[in-house]
Amino acid sequence: MSSRHYIDEKILELAKSALDKKAAYGQDIDLSAFEEAEEKDQISELSKLPEEIQKTILNAGIEVSEEGRSGSFLQLDHSVVYRRLQQRHHGQLEILDINEALEKYPEVREKYFWKAVKPDRDKYTAFSATHPAHGYFIRVFKGQKVEKPIQACLLLQENARIQNVHNIVILEEGAEVQIINGCATAPKVKEGLHIGISEFYLEKGSKLTFTMVHNWAEDFYVRPRGVTIVEDDAVFISNYVLLKPVKSVQSFPIAILKGKNSVASFNSLLYGLKDSEIDMGSHIILEGENSSGQAISRAIVKDSAKIYSRGILEARQNLSKAHLDCRGILLSSSGMMYAVPELLSDGAPQSHLSHEAAIGPIAEEEIEYLMARGLSKDEAISLITQGFMDVKILGLPKQLENYIQELILQTQEENM
Amino acid sequence: MLEVIDLHVEVGSKEILKGVSLTIPDGETHILFGPNGSGKTTLMMSIMGLPKYKITSGKIIFNGVDITYMPTHERAKLGIGMMFQKPPAIRGVELQKLSEIIKSIRNTDADVQEYARILNLEDHLSREVNYGFSGGEIKRSELLQLLCQKPSLVLLDEPESGVDLDNITLLGNVIKKLLKGEKIKKRHTSGLIVTHTGYILEYVNADKGHILMDGKLVCSGSAEDLFEEIRQNGFGRCENCLQDTI
Repeated sequence: MSSRHYIDEKILELAKSALDKKAAYGQDIDLSAFEEAEEKDQISELSKLPEEIQKTILNAGIEVSEEGRSGSFLQLDHSVVYRRLQQRHHGQLEILDINEALEKYPEVREKYFWKAVKPDRDKYTAFSATHPAHGYFIRVFKGQKVEKPIQACLLLQENARIQNVHNIVILEEGAEVQIINGCATAPKVKEGLHIGISEFYLEKGSKLTFTMVHNWAEDFYVRPRGVTIVEDDAVFISNYVLLKPVKSVQSFPIAILKGKNSVASFNSLLYGLKDSEIDMGSHIILEGENSSGQAISRAIVKDSAKIYSRGILEARQNLSKAHLDCRGILLSSSGMMYAVPELLSDGAPQSHLSHEAAIGPIAEEEIEYLMARGLSKDEAISLITQGFMDVKILGLPKQLENYIQELILQTQEENM
Repeated sequence: MLEVIDLHVEVGSKEILKGVSLTIPDGETHILFGPNGSGKTTLMMSIMGLPKYKITSGKIIFNGVDITYMPTHERAKLGIGMMFQKPPAIRGVELQKLSEIIKSIRNTDADVQEYARILNLEDHLSREVNYGFSGGEIKRSELLQLLCQKPSLVLLDEPESGVDLDNITLLGNVIKKLLKGEKIKKRHTSGLIVTHTGYILEYVNADKGHILMDGKLVCSGSAEDLFEEIRQNGFGRCENCLQDTI
C-alpha cells in the first residue's frame, strides 16, 4: 500500500522545530543530496527477486526459502513489497506495514507511534516524521511464544535514495519472539541514506531477541534511531552485527527499563573495514526496581576505519545494576578506535554500575602458542579474531547462532 | 632424531644458552634438570622455534633437517610438539575446535572425544581454550592437544607443576601413552622433559638425564642417578662441574 502520512499535528510541530538539528554524534549529512524513493509493486515470493538481490539479502541474514522462519517482511527502498506469516503462526502474531497498522488500529497512533522516540531528537528523526514512511508493525499476542524467528529485510535497490523506515514491535504480556532484521543494499547501489525509527514495547514478562545484521554499500549512510520500553519482568536482547564496509553508521539506541526485574542486553560485533566510520553505542536507563542491563561490544578495526564505541549506563533506581564490556583490536596503523563508556548514577546510591574497556593488539603470546600447534601466523591471527568476535555473546538460539557464525566466517575469509 | 649442536641463544640481548649440545635418538626420552634460570625453558622454546628466543650460533637438526631458522609452525608440522608451562587462554575458541584443527594440520587419526574422556576433559571441550582452567586442567588441555598432534618429538616443560597428586597419576599415564607413540614394540616418539619434582620419572622410561647450569650442559647420565644426586645434594656439586667446563 502507498504511504499516507499519518501523523498528529503536535508531533509534526516538534519535528519541524528540529529539521536542522544536528545529531549529537556522527558526521552531519546533507539530506538534500538524496532523493526520496518511489513506490514499488508487491511480489508474491522472495524467490521471485532477482538473483543478485537474493544473494545480497542472504548476507544480511535473510533466508529466501523462508525455511525455519515464522514470518517475513521485505521493504525495497520505500515500499513494502512482501510480507507473509506462515500459516501455523496465525493467531500468534501479526505482521503489517506500519501504515496499515496506523489505519487499522487507532491505538497505534495513540500509544505507540512516535511515543518512545522523540521526533525532535535530531534532523533525522525530524525528517522521518515529516515525510511518509514505511516499515513493519509486528505484534505478538499475549502469552504467545513464537518458536521460529521472524525475518525482516530493509533493502535499498536504487542509488542515492533515502530509505525512511519506521518500525514498531509490540510484545504483549508473556509473549516471546526473535526477530532477525537484515539491512542491505543491492549491488548497483553505491550511495544512499537509511533512516530507521524503531519503537519497541515489551509488556510484562515478555522477551524480545532482536538481531540486526547490516550489509551496506561503501558510500552508504545509516542513521537508526531506536527506543525500547521494557516493563516488569520483560527481557530485551538487542544484537548488532556489522560485517561490511559502510560510509557512516551512527546509532545510539536507548532501552528504558521501566519495570521491576526488567532486563536489557545490548551486544555488538563490529568489523571496521576500509573507510568505514562507525559510531555505535547503547544507552540503558535503569528505572525499575531490580532492573539490570549489560552492554557488550567487540570491534576489529582494519584499514582506515574509525570506530567509536559508546555506552551509557544510567541508574535512576537504587536496586539496579548494569555492566559494560567493550573491547577492540586495532589491526591497522591508519585505523582508529575510541571507547567511551559512561556511568551515571542519579539518585540511586545503592545501584551498581561497572565497566571494562580495552583496546589492544592481538597478543603475540597467543599467536606463538597457536603456531607451536602448527597454525601459520595468518591462520593463528584469523582464529584469534574469530574467537574475539564470539557469536556466543549474542545469546542466540543455536540455529540462529550458527547462521550468524557463518556470516562472520565469510567476513573473516574475505577480509582477515 | 634430534641433534642440538653448540647452541647459543639470546633472549632480549642476554645470552641464556652458551653452547648446548644434545642428541636424542629415536624413541628415547631424556630428562632435563637444572636450577631456576639455568636455561631449561629457553632450550625447549628454542627447539620449538619461538621467535623471542634468538639463536646466535649453533644448529638444531631434526630427523636430518636443519630447522635452526625454521618458523615455529613448520616445526610443529614436522612433528615437534610442546607442552607449555603457562599457556595463554584463547578467548572465544573452544578446546574442541582447536583440537580438531591440530588434528587436521598433522592429518592424524586422533579421536578427540576419546582422548577428552581419558583426560576427564569432556566438559571442557566446549569451553574456551585454557580460559578459567585450573592448573591441572591446563596440563590436561595441553596433553589433549599433543595427543591430537601426535608429535614424534615431545617437549614437556614441567608437566607436573601445579598439579595435585590425584591428577599426577592420570597425567603420568597419558604422558607414557604419548611417548610410546603408535608402535608398541619399537618406540619412535622421542621426549625431552623438564622436571623439578621428579614425580614424572615414575611414569616414563627415561633413557638419559642431563643437568643444565648457567646455559651449559654440565652432566649427562642415568636420569634416576642424577635425580638422586640432586635430591640429596641439590645442585651444589654441579657447581663444581660447571667450574670445570669454564
